[in-house]
Amino acid sequence: MPDERDAGKMIEQRQTARPKADTNLDEARLRQQAIGVKLRQMFDEVVNEPVPDEFLDILRRADSKSGQG
Amino acid sequence: MAEDRPNAASDPETEAAFKRELIGLIPHLRAFARTLAGDPAAADDLAQDAMMKAWDARASYQMGTNMKAWTFMILRNQFYSEKRRSWRQSQLDQEAAERTLVAVDDPSAPVALDELRQGLGMLPAEQREALILVGAGGFAYEEAAEICGCAVGTVKSRVSRARRALQAILEEGSYDRDGASASEAMNSILADAERLSSVR
Repeated sequence: MPDERDAGKMIEQRQTARPKADTNLDEARLRQQAIGVKLRQMFDEVVNEPVPDEFLDILRRADSKSGQG
Repeated sequence: MAEDRPNAASDPETEAAFKRELIGLIPHLRAFARTLAGDPAAADDLAQDAMMKAWDARASYQMGTNMKAWTFMILRNQFYSEKRRSWRQSQLDQEAAERTLVAVDDPSAPVALDELRQGLGMLPAEQREALILVGAGGFAYEEAAEICGCAVGTVKSRVSRARRALQAILEEGSYDRDGASASEAMNSILADAERLSSVR
């Protein structure tokens, strides 16, 4: 178990190490954001494609069938 | 609680509203199917099957609840039940990963996207799926958990593992493409994201 003095030292060390850690954190966040942007772009590319007529044809056929039955 | 909501087949008007909403979801179903099935033709078959399953099951859908999550769950179940029918799980995961890897046949596709797809293809299926639902599909963790039939905490940990793994793949070169190192992959993704945000 670390005593209070050790804990104080640890906090001190963390504070001195901070600028670098922050930079790394920012960099990591930036990279994750970039990946996120690309992921959405990949998905949205397909979302924005025109829907093939087949989809609506199938649905229309099913609809008229259920309307009669 | 659910009883005060009409189901989607209760009257013609509600049914028509359901149908309009379903039609609006087709592009999203296609996009999700593409991430599961890889090959665009197989993905559209999957999306059509899911659309028809949703239509046939409209009486069990409570209007006003999350239809996007509901249809995604149907699509996902459809995909995995088809998979189980014809293949053993492990073989197929490999197969699906490979298909995702080679699914990029458009030479004009932006390089960064191409690399992202390859990186995604290297993730375990359940991590890839969780990341896509949350990171690309815009679902909350709770919704993604519902779609995948697992706990919210499981989705959270899959997404965070997927994010770390994907970044590592893109940075550290667990793959190479035309001799390009993977740190170049990360760089092109960074550059691309920067370009996209500056265009906006």
